Amino acid sequence: MKKLESTLLNMVLVLTSVTVLMGFILAYMNHLTINPIALQKEKTLNEGIKSVMASSDIEVTSVDTLRLHCAKGKEQAFVIYHNKKGAAIESTTLGFGGPLKVLVGFDVQGAILGYTILEHQETPGLGAKADQWFQEGQNGCIVGLNPSDSLYVKKDGGQVDAITASTITSRAFLLAVNNAYQAYISNRKEDKQ
Amino acid sequence: MNYLNIIKNGIIKDNPTFVLMLGMCPTLATTTSALNGLSMGLATMTVLLCTNVVISCIKNITPDKVRIPVFIVVIAAFVTLLQMAIKAYLPDIDKALGLFIPLIVVNCIILGRAEAFAAKNTPLASLVDGIGIGLGFTLGLTLLGIVREVLGSGAIFGWVFIPDNYNILLFVLAPGAFITLGYLIAIVNKLKK
Repeated sequence: MKKLESTLLNMVLVLTSVTVLMGFILAYMNHLTINPIALQKEKTLNEGIKSVMASSDIEVTSVDTLRLHCAKGKEQAFVIYHNKKGAAIESTTLGFGGPLKVLVGFDVQGAILGYTILEHQETPGLGAKADQWFQEGQNGCIVGLNPSDSLYVKKDGGQVDAITASTITSRAFLLAVNNAYQAYISNRKEDKQ
Repeated sequence: MNYLNIIKNGIIKDNPTFVLMLGMCPTLATTTSALNGLSMGLATMTVLLCTNVVISCIKNITPDKVRIPVFIVVIAAFVTLLQMAIKAYLPDIDKALGLFIPLIVVNCIILGRAEAFAAKNTPLASLVDGIGIGLGFTLGLTLLGIVREVLGSGAIFGWVFIPDNYNILLFVLAPGAFITLGYLIAIVNKLKK
């Protein structure tokens, strides 16, 4: 078969049809995977809530969404999953590679019970270590601390060891934890009123 | 044409990492551990197999002047398909490599093989070329990952055998990637002679 000539008509036809065909294939694949992806997210969230509350049977009693303005005037959304031990709070900050979504569990006094990273775009092998680094028994353990005075990395005069060579990720992570705590406290105040 | 030779060329004579030196960005960025290197290599190989075959099939109906945009549309579509599939069914790999999967679109190996091989050969030969180059890339990435993981984290495929204090952090960081790659290229080229 001879190769198609590079006339304007041929070029427009081929490029358009290839693009449209690929568009249809992508749309179909999106349709196929949209449910499994949503299921995965839900599973991660449910397991996350259990692990950050340090308890294997926990039931979310109510869910609140709280909108706060951060220091730069941007609006931030926090999702609060209330349960009998306290609350698990979803908080997002900007990490090194993109949004860093953290789920932090607080007990009734406001001490950290545990945390997990729901979504991140940090560098593999460096910032991505945040999912282990701040856990109990690790170098930068934050479990059991109460962030009523905000948590900072040691470089900024704080008390938490930053991940080696990933100070930006560490700062973003601690900011997410601090923000979550603020959201938890202001949400409780609202409830009492 | 001898298919076994095509595979052998892809792995040794035209090894994309050590000889052609294509796709250096993912090579340097994802090889912080052996497992990351291996998964990235396999993901790239999957895309390469699909695009090589499809591009070889449509080579005669693609006018010369628009071939590059047509190839890129095909490549981008397959990468997006792969990304959706990984997100839906392999969440662990998505967590480790999520950021680098979309970047396969701009990996020069894929477009390079489309231009240099698939656009001139039969679909079967292109499939075999995809296997050869894909295996070569996977091998290169895994080898680089093994060296960096052993020196940098004292582990191999996540199995730790050197205690934390004796690790050389440099090898997990970017400079370590350049140093390791340089030495490996030198060794491989010496052995080939």
